[in-house]
Formats: sequence, C-alpha cells, structure tokens
Amino acid sequence: VSAVPTTPSLASRRRLGDRLGDVSLRGLTLASALAVLALLGAIVWKVVDLARPSISKYGLSFLTGETWDPVKKVFGALPFIYGTALSSLVALVIATPLAIAIGLWLSELAPRGVRGVIGSLVEMLAAIPSVVLGLWGILVLGPFLAQHLEPWLHDKLGFIPIFGAPQATGTGLFTAGLILTIMIVPIIASICRELFLQVPGELEEGAMALGATRWEMVRGVILPATRTGIAAAIILGLGRALGEAIAVTQVIGGGTRISSNVFGPSDTLASKIAASYQGAATALESASLLYLAAILLVIGLLTNLAAQVIVRRFDPLRGGR
Amino acid sequence: MSAAAPQISLQPSGRLRRRRIVNRIMEGVGTGAALVAVGVLVLVIVSVAVRAAPALSWDFLTKPPNLFGGPGGGISSAIVGSGLIVLTATAMALPLGVLVAIYLTEFAPRGVAAPIQLVLDVLNGLPTIVTGIFVYGLLVIGHAQSAFAGAFALGIVMLPLVARAAQETLLLVPPALREGSLALGVSRWRAVLGVILPTTFGGILTGAVLAVARAAGETAPLLFTTSIFNPSVSTDITHALPNIPVLIFTYSEQPDQALHEQAWGAALVLMAFVLVASLAAKALLARSRRSLGR
Repeated sequence: VSAVPTTPSLASRRRLGDRLGDVSLRGLTLASALAVLALLGAIVWKVVDLARPSISKYGLSFLTGETWDPVKKVFGALPFIYGTALSSLVALVIATPLAIAIGLWLSELAPRGVRGVIGSLVEMLAAIPSVVLGLWGILVLGPFLAQHLEPWLHDKLGFIPIFGAPQATGTGLFTAGLILTIMIVPIIASICRELFLQVPGELEEGAMALGATRWEMVRGVILPATRTGIAAAIILGLGRALGEAIAVTQVIGGGTRISSNVFGPSDTLASKIAASYQGAATALESASLLYLAAILLVIGLLTNLAAQVIVRRFDPLRGGR
Repeated sequence: MSAAAPQISLQPSGRLRRRRIVNRIMEGVGTGAALVAVGVLVLVIVSVAVRAAPALSWDFLTKPPNLFGGPGGGISSAIVGSGLIVLTATAMALPLGVLVAIYLTEFAPRGVAAPIQLVLDVLNGLPTIVTGIFVYGLLVIGHAQSAFAGAFALGIVMLPLVARAAQETLLLVPPALREGSLALGVSRWRAVLGVILPTTFGGILTGAVLAVARAAGETAPLLFTTSIFNPSVSTDITHALPNIPVLIFTYSEQPDQALHEQAWGAALVLMAFVLVASLAAKALLARSRRSLGR
C-alpha cells in the first residue's frame, strides 16, 4: 500500500531526526525565554548588590534623609525623590490633556487625508533621541524660558510659591518638566488614539443619532469607555518621565535643596546618578548613588507592573504596548 | 383647527447654541493640540538643523576630533564607534528576541507565555540608566569600560522591542500555512524554520530597524560603559569607543562655544539617522503588510 520510496530504516532515521529537531528547537527557544526571566532577576540582584554598602548603613531612613553632602559624608535620597516626583508631575499635568486631545483629534476629527501624516509626525516626536532634546533644552528652550515665560509667570502668579524667582540660565525643574512633556506626549497620545479607535462605532453613531454634539459624544461615550486604558497610558508615560536620565541631567541644573520654586535648579534620581557617577569620591558616595538607582529600579518596576496589569485586564491575550 | 397648531421654531434655542459653541471650542482645542505637537517637532528639527549648519562639512564627518579640543576636527571616530556598538548590540538582541518570540507564539502554553510576556513588557519600560548601572556592575567593575559592555547594555534595551515585533508578525501568519505544512507531515521544527519564519522576515526586519533607531540615540547605558575613551578612530570593541550620544552629552555640558557647535552637528547627524530609520521601518511595514494581505 505504501508508495513512499524510502526503506523503513531511512524513514525511521528521518523520524528520529525530526524528533531531535523538534526537541532542540523547543529547548533552544525555551532557554531564550528563560534567559529573559533570568535577565530581569539579574538586573534586580546586581543593582541591589552594588548598593549594599549604603543600604546596610542607612537602611530605609535613606529615603527620608534630606541632606546629600559628599564632604560630610551624609547621604539621603529625599531631595531627588522630590525632584523626580515634581518634574514628572509638571510633565503629566501638561502632557495628559494635550495627549488626550491629540488622540481624540487623530481618531475622531482629523480629515482622512492628513490623519496618517499627522499621526506619523506625532510618533516621530517620540523618536527624537533624548540627548538631542536635552541639547535643545539647554541651548534653545532654557534661554527662551528664562527671558520670557518664567519672568512673566513670576510677575503674574508669583504670589503662589511654586512660581518663585527664575534662574538666569533657564536650567531648572520647570525646563526639565517641559522636556519630559515633549517626550511623553507622543507616547500617551498614540496609545489613546488606538484606544479611541477601538470604541464600537455603533455607540458613537447612536450618541450622534440621539442628537449629541461631537464633544458630548466624546464626553459621554468615548472617554467613559476608555477610562482604564487612558489611566494605563498615563502610567506608562509617567514611567518614562520618572526614569529619563540624560535630557533631564542636561536641563535641570543640579541641586540638592528641596524648594517649592519650580524654576529653581534641582535633580531627579536618574539625573543625579548620571551627573555624579564619575565624580564620586568615596565608596560610600558611589554606593549611595547606586542606592538611588535601586530606588529608581523599584519605582520603574512598580509603575510598569501597574500599567501592564491594567492593560491586561483590557486585552488578556496580547497585552498592550 | 388651523390656529391651534403650535409654533415650532427651527432656530437653535439658547441651550442648543451653547452646546454647539462648546462643541466648536473643544474641536478647536483638539486641532490646536495636534498643531502644537507638530509645531514642536518642526521647531526642534529646524533649530537643530540651523545651528548645525556651520559645523557641517565633509571634514566634520570624516575626521576624528581635534586632540586639544577647540574648533576643527570632526566626529568620524564617534560615527565608527556608534556603528560598531549598535551593530554588536543588534547581533546579540536580534537572534535572542526572535527565539523568544518563536517560543511565545509556537510552543508556550498560555500559563507560561503570560509571565514571560509581562517580563518583556516590564523590561521595555525599565529606566535605561538602570540597565546601564547593571552592565556597569556586571562587566565594567573590576575590568574596564568597553564598547562590548555598551553594546550589551544596548542589547538589553533592544531585546523587548525586537521580541515584540517578531511576536506580532508571527501572530499575523495565516493559520492555514501552519496547519497546511503540518498536515503534509512536515515536522514542527521544519514548519517553523522553513515555512513560518520566512514569511515574517519583513516584520522582523521592521522591528529590528526600529530597535536600532532607538538604540542609536540611547545615552544613559553608554555613560557607564563606554564614555572614557581615546578620541581617535578605532574598531577594537574590547576597549571603550567614542560614540555620538556620549559625545553630544559631554559637549553639551561644556561652556565652550566651539564644542556646542560640534554637538549640534553631531545631533543633526544622529537625528537624521534616527528619523530616516524610523521612516524606512514604516515604509517596510506598509510593504510587508501589503504582501501578506495579497
């Protein structure tokens, strides 16, 4: 019956080869997947291990220590945690409404012809390397802010303590916040656009048929339906803003004082590491810098996990970006 | 009978007019926001281009930096170094990423795929400076800075990007292709390597190009791994090599005007590379989508 022109021994040898091939491909790919797990584990272990001298000296009180003084060898992370939180807050406050508006415009309003082009341009904003944005921040945006926007805000709104006296150079927390805004707007906007496009057309058309204006349809249908997704997008943007080192180092000015003035020089966890790693004079100082990195790692893990958990509730098969 | 018919006004009443005005304002806000984003992009590109113009010349691209600082000299050694570092990183991240993607789409049971996927996504969002610190602790402490260490760090940044791109393309492969080859008696590994993987070539290439574009501009991982270097041209990746991102960063922190000009020039070169690569990836993606759809 068999028309296979091979002898039995050849066929069985081939079956053996196939089984070997199957097992080795499966094994190889499994090993790669396990390597990814091991990589994350190794990152956590190594960073914590490097910071150990500082961790064992300060423990958790490092988090609330307000002084960072290499000369007196006293180290505390609070100024940098504060700088990180405030610069990210500035970025989120500006970026969130802007990014949602862009997402809505791209998904609902834009004429077909320009939709793709503008969408690509907004994504291109995310592709600009952070070091280039930082350079632009120091030499173009900073001086502009120092000469125009910051004095104006200080004059008009100076009674609010956050709008204190501007720096002459234009480097400071506010400039860092603006640069971070530029970096996270395209991230949040492109996730939002995808979310808004997924809202079923019948819902939108139903609202319009009931006489809602376009804005009422957005407020009553689209935004409530995508609330959770927007939250995840914002957290992903936040994660990016918290961890950005280079551009922030370039424009934030450097400082270890906790001040309510957003125009003043400051430092974030990431920017302090990037700015000081080469100048660390003592083992304790470099271990303390690495402790900052460990804190940043924990914050990064938590924000990403939170965002991914929210995203997965939406789309359990694939997860989000 | 005729006089009793109520008068229905077809003019918008005060309330409807207000709703329309609010609607108009919100539409204006949306359009304005999109214009702001595009405006910022144009502003950054134009101001980099204008300031880079005086620095750009053939010598700038083909000569190493002036040994004593100051004007003159170019960035050839940084271009060579960056190219080598990114190439080495790609050589590490691409195969590993594709293998992980194959495991996730072809072999992994649901319960196993989910945590690996999660770890990839978390890895993607990790601050790159932490990646830099990790590689610094792993490869630099006790040894010395090297371009290889820099490439290793960039490889970690690229890995989740490559893996996701490969995974997304693998999921696009029509099930008929997979089932057809298995039904013909082809073994699993031959089906994967011989039938399925070749169809995903375009998508994986797109992902690789995007990852390269991202890696080329990353500075933080290189700061700890390959930032103290001899500025002359070298191709030895066991030593620290000059590279464009670190060069821009260091020059931008100096007060010297001549160095700022060089930084602008290097920034334009880097940005042009990254933007062209992103555009190329987009075009590639559109093409491979079209060929899959046919």
